[in-house]
Amino acid sequence: MFSAQSSPFLKSAPSVSKMMLVVILALIPGILTSIFIFGFGVLMNICLAILSAYSFEAAMLLLRKRPVMVYLKDNSALLTAILIGLALPPLAPWWLTVIGVFFAIVISKQLYGGLGYNIFNPAMVAYAILLVSFPAEMTTYWQTPTALISQSEVSNIIPVSLGLLDTINFQFFSQLPNNLTIDALTSATPLDVVRTSTLTGFATISEIQATGTAFGMFGGIGIEWVNLAFLAGGLFILRKGLISWHIPISLLISLGFLSLLFGSFELDSNPSPLFHLFSGATMLGAFFIATDPVTAASSHKGRIIYGAGIGALIYIIRSWGGYPDAIAFSVLIMNMCVPLLDYYTQPRVYGHD
Amino acid sequence: MINYSQVKRPGLNNMSETKVSIIQEYTPIAQDGLWKNNAIFVQMLGLCPLLAVSNTVVNALGLGLATIMVLILSNLFVSLIRNIIRPEIRLPVFVIIIASAVTAIELIMHAWFHELYLVLGIFIPLIVTNCAIIARAESFASKNTIGKSMFDGLMTGLGFALVLLSLGALREIIGMGTLFSNAHIMFGNGMQWLTIELFPNYDGFLLAVLPPGAFMGLAFLLAARNLINKK
Repeated sequence: MFSAQSSPFLKSAPSVSKMMLVVILALIPGILTSIFIFGFGVLMNICLAILSAYSFEAAMLLLRKRPVMVYLKDNSALLTAILIGLALPPLAPWWLTVIGVFFAIVISKQLYGGLGYNIFNPAMVAYAILLVSFPAEMTTYWQTPTALISQSEVSNIIPVSLGLLDTINFQFFSQLPNNLTIDALTSATPLDVVRTSTLTGFATISEIQATGTAFGMFGGIGIEWVNLAFLAGGLFILRKGLISWHIPISLLISLGFLSLLFGSFELDSNPSPLFHLFSGATMLGAFFIATDPVTAASSHKGRIIYGAGIGALIYIIRSWGGYPDAIAFSVLIMNMCVPLLDYYTQPRVYGHD
Repeated sequence: MINYSQVKRPGLNNMSETKVSIIQEYTPIAQDGLWKNNAIFVQMLGLCPLLAVSNTVVNALGLGLATIMVLILSNLFVSLIRNIIRPEIRLPVFVIIIASAVTAIELIMHAWFHELYLVLGIFIPLIVTNCAIIARAESFASKNTIGKSMFDGLMTGLGFALVLLSLGALREIIGMGTLFSNAHIMFGNGMQWLTIELFPNYDGFLLAVLPPGAFMGLAFLLAARNLINKK
């Protein structure tokens, strides 16, 4: 903090577009890991999301009679699009991505008044709406991670992964090569496996561990490396001062503490805290989604409560909720609490009660 | 002041004179009920049944017709007793009249539209609490003649039912890709051909059928109305 040793001592605050660009740069290791683990579908999702986000944003700005180029250059649509692309299942059909981006940009951002006026995180609105509307597509089109394929002698999963052209062919025309079925390509996500097994009492944690379909070295199989890459990117923007530590740290501590608390009572049905921290979209959510400057709480105390609330909700929804992952719903629910948090945690002005 | 419409004039002239005055009297009522003072678009009354039952056209039509009937009946009886009722107890009396009308409609639906009755469920008895109905009884029927009051009930009900129908159509087309699905529960088994499948092999967009879709659809309808009024 006091590292400046020679002039200039006063620096201008970075512009919105530059901030967004640095955040996107910090996402790149995670994106690359995602592509490596889950195949080219992730890349196609992101490209399609960016393309449709810019189209919708430009169309809405024209309709609202705002300067188009000025607002397109702030890169916020780009970041929203990338987050949607990362959140969607890798083999999502093209219309799923386009509908998601429509709800993010048109409904939850521009209709509320554009960047800075939206009360809900646009990318998470898109995800929640898609998950509620198309539960089958959103939960089954997860391509089997390469980590799972390589150790397929443990389980009975056929090692198949789609190339770039085959992925495009499937996403746009839903055609698969060589009489492959979608079931051979996809598998349930680690969180889904653990949740369905433990909720129905079908298998205990150690039994799932023996099948090798859910647990990797420390987190969810495959997804653990993606989470690690996002953690690295998140620490980078934390170091750069683009986000404050309050939200991600309180989120991770609250999630870790709850899973430790419940996990120590019922070992059979609760995976370890590390599994919760390194599966699903925990790291992406903690560092890149929950910290959205527009929709998060703005005071320090408020941010800590906001982050801890998201962490607790993630654990609750993951363990007893109806959907396998919970980042979107938790963030949206806490977004609703932000006005209240900001009101009650305003710092006292010096000299006033 | 002389009421010119009642001054006697010879021959056909008299007939056309009264006719014009009837039209002049009744057009504003129709305009108010259908558009200018629409129960939903302008007064924002009766949103609960609107949001809950507008998931298909047939449901919307069923509840819309029931509401029209209740409005006509309640306006008729309120207008009938408007001169003999003391103002201090008018509201309880209005509520009793409305509740009786709703109970009658409910029993009729239970008898002849049993499946529709099961689908609409609690929202038929809840017509009693539709604010649009007591608002018309209080602000119109208790001050106007029987004919005018019944006409006002019909027009307010039609305004309500048309919004209900358009929201129902919007949600059903987006949500299920059909129109008039389950037509048989309203029109009988012979009318199943009425169901139109607009997009074959449509997966369905669940959000439009779920409650949030009702709020979004209503928001878009209101925005469209504001746009039309601006022009």
